[in-house]
Amino acid sequence: MSKDLLLEIGLEEMPARFVTQSMKQLGEKVSAYLTELNIEFGEVHTFSTPRRLAVIVKNVSEAQADIDEEAKGPAKKIAQTEDGEWSKAAIGFAKGQGMTTDDIYFKEIKGVEYAHVKKFIKGQETAALLSGLEQVILSLTFGKNMRWGSSDIRYVRPIKWVVALFGQNVIPFSVADAQAGTETAGHRFLGERVGIQEASAYVDTLKQQFVVVDPTERRNMILAGLKQLEQKNNWTIPVDESLLEEVNNLVEYPTALSGSFNEEFLELPEEVLITSMKEHQRYFPVKKADGTLLPHFITIRNGNSHAIDKVSRGNEKVLRARLADADFFYKEDQKTPIADSLQKLEKIVYHEKIGTLSEKVTRIRRITANMAELMNETNEIKSLADRAAEICKFDLVTQMVYEFPELQGIMGEKYARQKGEKEEVAVAVNEHYMPRSADDSVPSTKTGALVSIADKLDTITACFAVGIIPTGSQDPYALRRQAAGIVQIMMEHNWNVTHSALISAAIEEVLADNIGDKDAKALQAEISSFFALRIKHILQEKGIRYDIIEAVLTKTGTLSDMEETAAVLMNHKEDTDFKETMEALSRVVNISKKADGGRDVNPALFENDQETALYNEYVKLQNEWEKTNAAEDRYQLLAVLKPAIERYFDNTMVMAEEEAVKQNRLAVMQHLACIILDFAEVPAVLVK
Amino acid sequence: MNIQEMILTLQKHWSDQGCILMQAYDVEKGAGTMSPYTFLRAIGPEPWNVAYVEPSRRPADGRYGDNPNRLYQHHQFQVIMKPSPDNIQELYLDSLKSLGIDPLEHDIRFVEDNWENPSLGCAGLGWEVWLDGMEITQFTYFQQVGGLECKPVSVEITYGIERLASYIQDKENVFELEWTNGFTVHDIFYQPEFEHSKYTFETSDPDMLFNLFGVYEKEAKRQMDEGLVHPAYDYVLKCSHVFNVLDARGAISVTERTAYIGRMRNLARQVAKTFYEEREKLGFPILNRKGDAAHE
Repeated sequence: MSKDLLLEIGLEEMPARFVTQSMKQLGEKVSAYLTELNIEFGEVHTFSTPRRLAVIVKNVSEAQADIDEEAKGPAKKIAQTEDGEWSKAAIGFAKGQGMTTDDIYFKEIKGVEYAHVKKFIKGQETAALLSGLEQVILSLTFGKNMRWGSSDIRYVRPIKWVVALFGQNVIPFSVADAQAGTETAGHRFLGERVGIQEASAYVDTLKQQFVVVDPTERRNMILAGLKQLEQKNNWTIPVDESLLEEVNNLVEYPTALSGSFNEEFLELPEEVLITSMKEHQRYFPVKKADGTLLPHFITIRNGNSHAIDKVSRGNEKVLRARLADADFFYKEDQKTPIADSLQKLEKIVYHEKIGTLSEKVTRIRRITANMAELMNETNEIKSLADRAAEICKFDLVTQMVYEFPELQGIMGEKYARQKGEKEEVAVAVNEHYMPRSADDSVPSTKTGALVSIADKLDTITACFAVGIIPTGSQDPYALRRQAAGIVQIMMEHNWNVTHSALISAAIEEVLADNIGDKDAKALQAEISSFFALRIKHILQEKGIRYDIIEAVLTKTGTLSDMEETAAVLMNHKEDTDFKETMEALSRVVNISKKADGGRDVNPALFENDQETALYNEYVKLQNEWEKTNAAEDRYQLLAVLKPAIERYFDNTMVMAEEEAVKQNRLAVMQHLACIILDFAEVPAVLVK
Repeated sequence: MNIQEMILTLQKHWSDQGCILMQAYDVEKGAGTMSPYTFLRAIGPEPWNVAYVEPSRRPADGRYGDNPNRLYQHHQFQVIMKPSPDNIQELYLDSLKSLGIDPLEHDIRFVEDNWENPSLGCAGLGWEVWLDGMEITQFTYFQQVGGLECKPVSVEITYGIERLASYIQDKENVFELEWTNGFTVHDIFYQPEFEHSKYTFETSDPDMLFNLFGVYEKEAKRQMDEGLVHPAYDYVLKCSHVFNVLDARGAISVTERTAYIGRMRNLARQVAKTFYEEREKLGFPILNRKGDAAHE
């Protein structure tokens, strides 16, 4: 026999960002709780609004499943003495199972007799066990917890009520002064408190109280509302998923409504209008079919359509004030020359141990110049990159970015263009922040890529120099993301320079500014191992097997080469001769470690044909190696060595008794290993 | 409803909830939170329910009376209830109704907003309350004040009076708001707005102010050593206001800025700690009063 279970936690308004995941968590934790208690149950449905998290579990068995099992104890010869007396081990076993030795019987397993007992535990009634849901409620975790009143409980927001029903019966427990019962709260203004008879009445009872508890249904109501406004007015309303998700978790009963703003504001950059509407007001912007903005917006009210014009007018007033502010800032900013803004950067501290933004910009310029030099860029690129580096932060002191920090770079690009900067320079001012997140694209232009890397390298190096090093979840300057950004850019732009060379260039400039008191060598080591972890991570994301990552990480070449080599190994790992090829090459590398190093090979000391053959292969390889830097070609060059290496080892003892012969053989191994390792740390590749 | 009636209505409403009606505290400050009626009284176990209007000075927001939305000095209506009552959201919403705001004709929402004031070592969780998309109130459960954990937790409700009034009176310009019959905000505040802006940005004497900061800081410490929390805190507030003027003036250089904030934070933490100790010495008198109905 079974009944449905309903659990609803009533809260003061939760932060929208926590609602969905908390709802899922409640479903999972209630399921896990029932599973642990050995109570069978059917489907699990979860619900949420800003003011409640709920779960309905269908067909929950009215009792725990009985436990009927056989427990195995010690072997007979240990359980009983020769005269058939029970041993301590047997007594202990029976007691441990809650029985006596009278219950023991023997059963043969693989020819040996073992003591056994039959256990039967009658399952308890579910109703008696469910008050443990209190602990389930308290076990939910949230991104941010708070305390309230005199309570010691920490929770996402204060708990106001709990509905807990098994069938039609209340499950007796209380959480944070809330006694579980049948009563829930309807919509704050349109509904009232109401009793729930049983789980099946939950959704509809609350709907009558203007609460739509199913987030998918609410979402569909919002989408339908948007559609209706689109059709009625011939508008296009692009649906931003994250905005929709947020808005959906801000309302219990959604009604879409529109408002308008003065057409003059359309002269503001689109990003400014969209940020004002979306980020600050949680409005959906409205567009024409061709994608241009219209002077309207959509907001989702938490309520019905009563007095909706009044709500619309109120929202229009708020947006009007915001846009008037933005318009004022835009006009003021246009009056300010870039040079004035740059001067203001002298007054802004980036970090007290690192100095001002102006100092940082000067360093970015120097690092950009060093990088451009290392990469043999043209004078044109050098001068564009230098100007881009010089002005890359100027928009931080514009009024618009002060008011809308999320527009940094975007406003910089617009203003730079308006103020007559070259197109590449303007674009780079925005692109130097890219990639802004793991999913964002890298700068499209060389200039943007140069300044982006210089800025990020400067941040990482300066932070490391003063001891701001990410640990665990602590990474206030997002150094990991920035290092990952550098790696992404270098890989995607296929840069023919190593990241180590760029790191040294940055270290030189940071130390020249007397930042921190570490020496260059120590810094280079710290930052290199920090990068190694980022590179590893990025290769993992690209689906490279972990052992192959290990094999390419030690490469001293460029990041593109590393990535390419990894891809080649991934491509060949299923080849029939892959295993043998790797083994042959590894054997060479492993034994070469015994060499003293630095010796020349003397072919006169060879004692067999296989030695000569392998040496000839080596000479050929050495000639071919530098002719290509394509990883695939190099793999092929190494792969053809396989038979020669195998024959060599079949016929040759490298560690020969005669010292001169031994050293000569080791020298061959070492020369060969040198080339193999230039390709990859082959012994790290796992072959089965 | 004019501003005077709004204030009277809110006072009546919160007085009915058992709040002591206080007057504005007489030292300059940037927000109602900085009044000792909030900052100090949120510390420790003693119950505390108050409501008061706090004129709040934000020198950097001075606009010579030209800007329709920004003021050198605006007014906050501040409510503190400790411990936070269970029905505090309902009490708050009732206050809006008493101001003539019918929730059925508006869109009222509680949107997450966590508040932090590092220079006072304060942190709280709560919401900004939206009325048809406009933020009209900050609603905060204090978690930490002056670096001390709040236990029990106080709830702070801060109404932006001019904001709310511009909605209630449907005015676009703050200076057109009616304060009371026949008097607008312009009539009362335009001249001080202009003069304080001119003072802040043009005629103030940074050297004198820097000097004052040092003097006030020293005096705050000296009084703290004497265990005199309130005089000490007055000087912390003075430091804070002087700092705000200097900052608005652009007289504080980058490196100095962080250092000044750090100095104020240390003072605030010290005051908070001393206040707790002094109340403890007194045996937390409000907590231990017998038969006190007003403070459950």
